[in-house]
Amino acid sequence: MAKITIDKMCCKGCDICIAICPKKVFVKSKKRNGYGSNMPDAQNVKDCAGCRLCERLCPDGAIDVEVEAEKNEN
Amino acid sequence: MNKLYEKYIKTDLLPTLFCPGCGNGIVQMAAIKAIDKLGIQEEMACVSGIGCSSWIPCYFKMDVMHTMHGRALPFAEGLKLARPDKKVMVFTGDGDCLAIGGNHLLHAARRNIDLTVILVNNYIYGMTGGQKSPSTPVGAVTKTSPYGAADIPLDGCELAMAVGATYVARWTTAHPVQLEKAIEEGLNHKGFSFIEVLTQCPVQAGKEVYGFKDPAEIMKMYKEMTYLYKEGVEIQKGKTRIGLLKHDEETEEYIDRIEARLESQGIKRG
Repeated sequence: MAKITIDKMCCKGCDICIAICPKKVFVKSKKRNGYGSNMPDAQNVKDCAGCRLCERLCPDGAIDVEVEAEKNEN
Repeated sequence: MNKLYEKYIKTDLLPTLFCPGCGNGIVQMAAIKAIDKLGIQEEMACVSGIGCSSWIPCYFKMDVMHTMHGRALPFAEGLKLARPDKKVMVFTGDGDCLAIGGNHLLHAARRNIDLTVILVNNYIYGMTGGQKSPSTPVGAVTKTSPYGAADIPLDGCELAMAVGATYVARWTTAHPVQLEKAIEEGLNHKGFSFIEVLTQCPVQAGKEVYGFKDPAEIMKMYKEMTYLYKEGVEIQKGKTRIGLLKHDEETEEYIDRIEARLESQGIKRG
């Protein structure tokens, strides 16, 4: 299973990750980020396929995806 | 925070000054990934002009020069001539490169000097408040064209190809993997590489130019309004072609040409 961390101080709440994720891992939450807007929450982490599209498309580099080693080899 | 950010970005300057949803961050990430893949952080030197897009390299932990409006290319040419061992990357915007610096683009491409130019095109002057830029599409309502823009937009890739750039590619922020590969190829290519990236400006251009305010919707629109160019593919009217548009390995590079000329006259450079 992958581990997704979202940096509270980097996130600006643009919601690109919510729209772009093919597995719908991210959900809009009521948590506030350092910018003052609502930030996403990686609620459905177990569905994550490890495509790292959110990492590439996050304009602020707030998302970090850690995929376990056995998945990386495949 | 992303792991690559700690290695390549001055984290004490974060968060970046880009608006929420700005495409510049995606270009920044693609550039970092390409540099990381090649492992050339020490050899890199970045030059930028004025504009939102020109803030992209200012966060890099590398040699960076933030220069005058439109004059990023002359500065980069000078840097390349003085230090041919450096790999020089130029970040410019559509106003910076096509409007005020248009003349410099022509002559840098004509010389075929070894630079990697990334034109971040968001169809508007974002930093100054949303004025019409040379690439604004016909009919777009902006601050300086309240009745809709009437001019025919300027295509940066066509211009660069016409004057002799040897590597020309165009991608959008909705194609981050391809963009990263293009930057990597551009850095490896010996000669003038010109990569245009269509980005979104949800704040200034959002509703009037693209028709959407949500950055993800604009990226989806970019995917729909473009088609992948390959040799022999039918031209689709009303759509923008993306992909590798020109790759010419045979034309000689400017510094090589100068050195050969000096050598033939018995002069040693440096």
